[in-house]
Amino acid sequence: MLQAKNLLSALGALLFTATGVHAAPRTPADDREVLERLRSGPEDARVAKLRSLREQLAQKPDDLPTALEAARKAVDLARATSDPRWLGRAESALRPWWDAAQPPEQVLVLRATIRQSSHEFEPALVDLQRALQLAPNDAQAWLTDAAVLQVKGEFAKARKACAALWRLAPRPIAATCLAQVMSLSGELSKSRLLLQGIMAADGAADTGQEIWTRTALAEMAVRAGDGPGAESEYRAALRLDPDDPYLLGSYSDFLLDQGRAGEVVPLLQSRGRADGLLLRLALAEKATGASNTSVHVQALTDRFAASHLRGDVVHRREESRFALQLRGDSKDALRLARENFEVQREPADLRVYLEAAVAAHDRDAAKPALAFLEVTKMQDATLARLKAQLEMAR
Amino acid sequence: MTRRTMSTALVAFLLLSGLAARAHKPSDSYLSLASHGGHIDGTWDIALRDLDDAVGLDDDGDGTVTWGELRKHQVQIAAYALPRLRLSMGGSECASEQLGLQVDSHTDGAYAVLHFSMDCKREGEAIQMTYSLLFDIDPSHRGLVRLSGPHGVQTAVFSPAHATQELHLSSSSGIGQFATFLREGVFHIWTGFDHILFLLALLLPVVVRRKEGHWVPVDNWRVALREVLKVVTMFTLAHSLTLSLAALGIVQLPSRLVESAIALSVLLAALNNLWPFLHGKQWAFAFGFGLLHGFGFASVLTDMGLPAVGLARALFGFNVGVELGQLAIVAGFLALAYPVRRPWIYQRVVLGGGSVGIATLSSVWLIERAFDLRFLPI
Repeated sequence: MLQAKNLLSALGALLFTATGVHAAPRTPADDREVLERLRSGPEDARVAKLRSLREQLAQKPDDLPTALEAARKAVDLARATSDPRWLGRAESALRPWWDAAQPPEQVLVLRATIRQSSHEFEPALVDLQRALQLAPNDAQAWLTDAAVLQVKGEFAKARKACAALWRLAPRPIAATCLAQVMSLSGELSKSRLLLQGIMAADGAADTGQEIWTRTALAEMAVRAGDGPGAESEYRAALRLDPDDPYLLGSYSDFLLDQGRAGEVVPLLQSRGRADGLLLRLALAEKATGASNTSVHVQALTDRFAASHLRGDVVHRREESRFALQLRGDSKDALRLARENFEVQREPADLRVYLEAAVAAHDRDAAKPALAFLEVTKMQDATLARLKAQLEMAR
Repeated sequence: MTRRTMSTALVAFLLLSGLAARAHKPSDSYLSLASHGGHIDGTWDIALRDLDDAVGLDDDGDGTVTWGELRKHQVQIAAYALPRLRLSMGGSECASEQLGLQVDSHTDGAYAVLHFSMDCKREGEAIQMTYSLLFDIDPSHRGLVRLSGPHGVQTAVFSPAHATQELHLSSSSGIGQFATFLREGVFHIWTGFDHILFLLALLLPVVVRRKEGHWVPVDNWRVALREVLKVVTMFTLAHSLTLSLAALGIVQLPSRLVESAIALSVLLAALNNLWPFLHGKQWAFAFGFGLLHGFGFASVLTDMGLPAVGLARALFGFNVGVELGQLAIVAGFLALAYPVRRPWIYQRVVLGGGSVGIATLSSVWLIERAFDLRFLPI
């Protein structure tokens, strides 16, 4: 048994190697060897601006307006690059107020934004409630509140938060908020018409809003089973920003479902740095029988392992999909999907759950998800098909 | 409400997607410490992206970091990082000294590898550690620390909320985790009907032996015990090996194939009691199919989620649990079967009937698992 223990220790060491904790350090021979690319192309103006704000803060850390501006810039960069390091920068700018008993209202809203991105939904909602008590007309607080509630599947409350936006925000923003929630709770076709109508009448408030609204419309079209409708909205959004990580992920999922994996590969080829996009790239490569699928599957395995080492659980939706579709482990996929469902309940979360339950032939395990669909009246062509498959298996 | 604040609002909204917000791994550093008495050898892997933000590496501003640029900042990097790691042993602060700089690749990019040593003057049972690297500029940064001492390895995760921790050099820690996995191992073998039936099917004939085409009782318990030991040891060796390989992700087999093969192993073991074909080679059979059962056990471990900290200990605990659970079953079986081995009823009802039962059940499993169908509740 002692030998077995030694063997296990040796294997343990191997695992650390595999996850990069203890890889092989080396000394490059050439001073000109490029070790890391910090960015592709010229420096983003936002990065330069943030740097100067942080230099100001280094002199005067408790200058609230500068700290808020720095935090907003950093959150903006986190969104644009999908690199969570920026969220850390945002948090650090807000440090003097972060643990205060009564943080200023704007700090509460930003803290909620940062917290929800680590899936700390409950603390985020508490922050937003406190912010809204201090400033009931803060549109951003209402919008963030609506978003968190929507991800958690609390559609009635989310609807109220969106309703508050009608008198506080431009119509296209309030309309997108409300239409998204309605489309998830039994009024899919009505909400699409409403949102299309308002977009036609009002035009876009700004580019960011238009990308968001078009992505929402595209996803509604997907759920309604309207492929051509989805295609045109996705293309319109991609024309506005071909690099938006969320949009690329959503469009890739659509293409994969349409059996158009061949189009996903060039779309995501150079985007493998983002885990969620690498997952879709690997799925597309598997579907097209590309030769380097296994390289990307291994990279994903390592990345999930590295994020487990730091104790992260924010990737369970992606990890469940990875387990089911690339590792062929339906049991593990089901476990991950169930844990994920306890935290977030968007259509994509229900989808991985039902897909794993179908693959594992475990209808009972899917009961909470099926009950949720029943109660919310969520309409979604894919979910409906999966539900029928589970019913048949009974 | 101006346009500018509203677009920030939109950003906040879209940040919600797990994909968009956390598509990269947040910042981590990997710190390995090896303690030899009052002396500690350390290597510290810190992401170049983080170092660039903290001390500035990209001197020519071209958006890349070259080895030359990194090398030039060696002293600066050490002066930045080392004071942000404070260790003390036996109440005495350890003094650090930089030894060298290399590079390494991790899943999320290139890292500087800082080699250093620490002199602690005194020895102690525990190391008090305060970690504050990058916490000022990125509170979501984590320090993943691995301390190896004479008695094994301990790991810890440092965050702003847990910036000071005590790491023990003695091997007493982790008993709780070991016990948890040991319990799970016992529990799994007791509820894993296919594993139990496989063992039972192989053990049913050990209290009798084949003589001129008939079963006759064995003469003494030593003969039975020897046969049991051979089978159980081989089964154990085989499944411990594959359990470890599979749980560590070194070897992976499709679960449908594994589950089907396990059902087949039960069926063959049962058929052997009705129409013997193994002729005393049960031990080899136990070893061969034991390899597959190990993969079956591993799926349970994966379901539980293997801990990053003390992984080897957890695996070992689970293995020991499986063995203990198995020993209890074997002991129970021998105690029941040995005294009743003589009457014909053992050979006909227990051995014959039992084997027919096991063969039938395992055939159904085999069909279910191979063709992905479902007839039985277990």
